[in-house]
Amino acid sequence: MSEAPKTQPSSQNEWPLWEVFVRSKAGLDHKHCGSLHAPDAKMAVQMAREVYTRRQEGTSIWVVLSSQIVASDPGEKGMYFDPMEDKVYRHPTFYELPESVNHM
Amino acid sequence: MSTASIQVGNKADVHYLLRLADACLILSQRLGEWCGHAPILEEDLALSNMALDLVGQARGLLTRAGQLDGQGHDEDQLAFLRDERQYFNPVLMELPNSASGNQQPGDFAFTQLRNFAVATWLQLLWHELQSSSDAEVAAIAAKAVKEARYQQQHAADWVVRLGDGTDESAAKMRAALAVLWPYFNELFADDAISAAAAAQGLGPQWSSLQPQWQAQMNEILAEAGLAHPKPSAYVPSGILGIHSEHMGHLLAEMQYLQRAYPGGKW
Repeated sequence: MSEAPKTQPSSQNEWPLWEVFVRSKAGLDHKHCGSLHAPDAKMAVQMAREVYTRRQEGTSIWVVLSSQIVASDPGEKGMYFDPMEDKVYRHPTFYELPESVNHM
Repeated sequence: MSTASIQVGNKADVHYLLRLADACLILSQRLGEWCGHAPILEEDLALSNMALDLVGQARGLLTRAGQLDGQGHDEDQLAFLRDERQYFNPVLMELPNSASGNQQPGDFAFTQLRNFAVATWLQLLWHELQSSSDAEVAAIAAKAVKEARYQQQHAADWVVRLGDGTDESAAKMRAALAVLWPYFNELFADDAISAAAAAQGLGPQWSSLQPQWQAQMNEILAEAGLAHPKPSAYVPSGILGIHSEHMGHLLAEMQYLQRAYPGGKW
């Protein structure tokens, strides 16, 4: 682990960053749609509503502190994801679904 | 600026609707002044959204008032060709966005406290208007009541945050409350026009909203740690067309283009 960067004076008074996930009216899952700065979770939800949903009825919003998210390391992308590429049998691509089945 | 101004007739239902339409339109104009100047980007959007909600409500009501008036005036003519004596919004709405009256673009505490008071009032009023005898008005109210509910919650959050925030933010909230308090009285003023509207089922007398408004107001003021000002006997008379010195300036800016190029299409 490298040394933590020193806090910039300009960012000392900044509100923490939140990631915003929105489920649209007809959608099935919450999708990441952006981030914003807010003083707390309640305000983050309010602001996400203003910025990302234009107050559509039936929309669900999740906010999470960016610092709470753990991401995979881009440097290890090859190890994580490449081995899947040439093994078609790992993917259920040979089934024919009836048309009435949506969202598979 | 030589375009002839228009006058509405003296029908009670027209005046009753214009009081509310003008309240929405004029506060929308004031909130529009914040665009690009709010303390944070997200709040900039929130204030603009509220202004857009209000102008949408005003448009519906102005159109309906124009139909009932029967002189062929549409929403644009009613908005852009009436002089201040023909505007019937409560004076509260036309006050500049700050307690001192000259701060540009405005005082955020003042703006949020007014928004909270107005949204609380509008939410109660729209709720009642949903059962208006005028189907058009009832439909406008059904849509607007949701918008007002959201705005009330949003503004309440800020009133509490600022009132219960730093010494400076609390002082600004107290100053805003002291200035705004007497103007709230007009939101509950009754006269022959509101009595006639209530009699025909068009909408409630405004005074009937006061107990609930007061209760909701008290709750948030207490949460924000703001002391209740003493009651004021002053009742402004904007709903009669008698306005503060701010109204003429507001209309001059708002109506300039239509006055200069009357009948222009946009």
